[in-house]
Amino acid sequence: MSLSLEEVRRVASLARLRLSPEEEELFAGQLSAILDHVKQLEELDVSAVEPMTHALAAGEATELRPDEPLPGLEPEAALANAPARDGTAFQVPRIIE
Amino acid sequence: MPVSDFEVVMGLEVHAQLLTRTKIFCGCSTEFGAEPNHHVCPVCLAMPGVLPRLNARVVEFAVRTGLALGCDIRRKSVFARKNYFYPDLPKGYQISQYELPICLGGGVSIEVEGVEKFVRLTRIHMEEDAGKNVHDALGGSAVDLNRAGVPLLEIVSEPDLRSVDEAVAYLKALRAILMTLGVNDGNLEEGSFRCDANVSVRRKGETALGQRCEIKNMNSFRFLKQAVEYEARRQVELIEAGGKVEQETRLFDPQKGETRAMRSKEDAHDYRYFPEPDLPPLILDEELVARVRASLPELPRARAARYRDQLRLPAYDAGLLVADRDVATFFDAALAAYGEGPEAAKKVANWMNGEVAKLANETGLAPPRWKLRPEHLAGILKLQDAGALGGPGAKQVLEVVFREGGDPAEVVKARGLAQVSDEGAIEAAVDAVLAASPAEVERYRGGNLKLMGFFVGQVMKQMRGKGNPGLVNALLKKKLGG
Repeated sequence: MSLSLEEVRRVASLARLRLSPEEEELFAGQLSAILDHVKQLEELDVSAVEPMTHALAAGEATELRPDEPLPGLEPEAALANAPARDGTAFQVPRIIE
Repeated sequence: MPVSDFEVVMGLEVHAQLLTRTKIFCGCSTEFGAEPNHHVCPVCLAMPGVLPRLNARVVEFAVRTGLALGCDIRRKSVFARKNYFYPDLPKGYQISQYELPICLGGGVSIEVEGVEKFVRLTRIHMEEDAGKNVHDALGGSAVDLNRAGVPLLEIVSEPDLRSVDEAVAYLKALRAILMTLGVNDGNLEEGSFRCDANVSVRRKGETALGQRCEIKNMNSFRFLKQAVEYEARRQVELIEAGGKVEQETRLFDPQKGETRAMRSKEDAHDYRYFPEPDLPPLILDEELVARVRASLPELPRARAARYRDQLRLPAYDAGLLVADRDVATFFDAALAAYGEGPEAAKKVANWMNGEVAKLANETGLAPPRWKLRPEHLAGILKLQDAGALGGPGAKQVLEVVFREGGDPAEVVKARGLAQVSDEGAIEAAVDAVLAASPAEVERYRGGNLKLMGFFVGQVMKQMRGKGNPGLVNALLKKKLGG
C-alpha cells in the first residue's frame, strides 16, 4: 500500500504539522511501510473475536469516582505558565467565527 | 417549483448539561458563573501525566435518561477521543463516546396539531464540554476553562422530523423529560440545554435524504424556528438554481436571522476517533440498572395521561400542567388539599393555567420561589365555595398571596375583600342602580330581558365586585319582575 503525498499533507495538516517537501517524501514511504506491516493482520480470521478497545485484560472495567468536589488549582497556579493572560483568563490569538 | 413542493427533513442533536456537583473526569465544581479559571485542576487543564476518573453520577444520569426514553442500555460502552484543535479544548481532543455509546435506540413521543408521532433516537452518549472563548478588549480571545470537563449527554435523534413545529414539540417534550428526571435544568439561554439541527430538503414524494447541513447556535425555540426556516429556504433556492447543497457546519446569526458557513469547521469532519486509552471500558452492573429503574419518577406523558384518564382533564389543560414538573407537583398538592374528583381537578387546573400562570409569567418566578403555597390556592377555592369570596375577590386575594405571601383568610380580612351576602346592603345597591337607570328598567319590563346583565354589572360595580352574585341576581329579578 502506497500513501500519496496528498494524503500525507492532509494528515499533517490535521495534526498541525508543517513538513518540508523532503519530509513529505520521507514520511510517505515510512507511513506506507507501517501500514503494510499492520496489514498483515488482515490475513487472520478474527470474525469470532470481540474487538479489543483497551490494553487491559477483557473484563477489566473503569473505576467510578463519587461525585464529590476535590480541591483544584488556585487561578494563579493555573495561569502560571500562560504566555499571555487577561485577568484570570488565558489570552490567545483572536478566534474569528 | 415553489418552496411548498419541498419538504424539510431534520434530525436534532441535543447537548444537555448534567446536574452533577463535579465535572465528568475530575473533582472540580460545575457551578455556573464563577470567575474565569476558578474551577480548574491539572486534569481539566490537560497538564501532562494526568488521568481522567469517571464520575459515577454521570453514569447514573445517563442510565436514568436512557431508561426513561426506552433506550437499550449497553452493559459495555467505550469512551473515545475526538481530535480537533481549538483553544477552548486544552487536550486537543474531547473525550466522548463513538462506536459503543451507553444508549442505543429509544424515542420521544410528540403531538403536533392533535397528531401523535414517535421520534426515534439514534443514540445517547456521555462526553465532556469544552471551555468558553470570549473576545477581549485587547483584540485577542480570552479562554475560560471552568466549563471544560462539565458532563454532557448528547442525545441524537433520527431524521424523523418534518417541520419546525415538530422540532419544537420534540425539544419541549425532551426538555420536560430531562427536567422531570432531575438530570438537567432545561436552561436554553445559559446553554445548559443546547441544540444543533441537521437540516436537509427534498422534493415531496422522494424517499432518499438530501445533503444535510448542521446548524449551530440556536439558544431559544424562536431562534431554532428562524434558523431552520432560513436554512430550508436557502437549500431549496440553491437546488432550484441548479446548485448543490454542500455538507457543512453553519452558524445561526440571531441579529441577521440567517445562517452562514463556519470557517473553523471547514475540515472538521475528520475527527480521527479512537478508543480512549486512559479509560478502560465502562461495564454496568445489573444492580445499578435495576436500582435506577426503580427510582424513575412519573414522566410527563404518563402524568398527562393520568390527568386525562383519572381526573378527566382536557388534554390541553393536562399538557400545560405537565410541561413543568414543579407546576404539576404544585397542582397535585393543591388538588390534594382542596378536594377530589373531576370537578375539583378542573377548577384547580383552571386557576393554575389561568391566574397563577399569569402571575408566574409577570414575576418570572419558578414554582419553588413562589410565596403562594398549594394549600393557599386550596384555601382560596374553599373560601369561594363557602360564599365568603366572590370571583373578583378570589383573584385579588390570589395576587396578594402570590406577591406578598400570607394566609388567604387573613388577607380577605385585612383587605376587606370578603363577599357581601348581607341582603340589606345588596338591596341598597340594587335600589340605587334601578333608580339611576329608569330607561333601562322600562325596556327590561317591556321584554328586553338581556338587560339583566347590564343591571348585574352595575350593582357589582357599585359594590366593588364584592356582591354575592346569586343574591344580586335574585334581588334584581324580584324587583324588576314584580
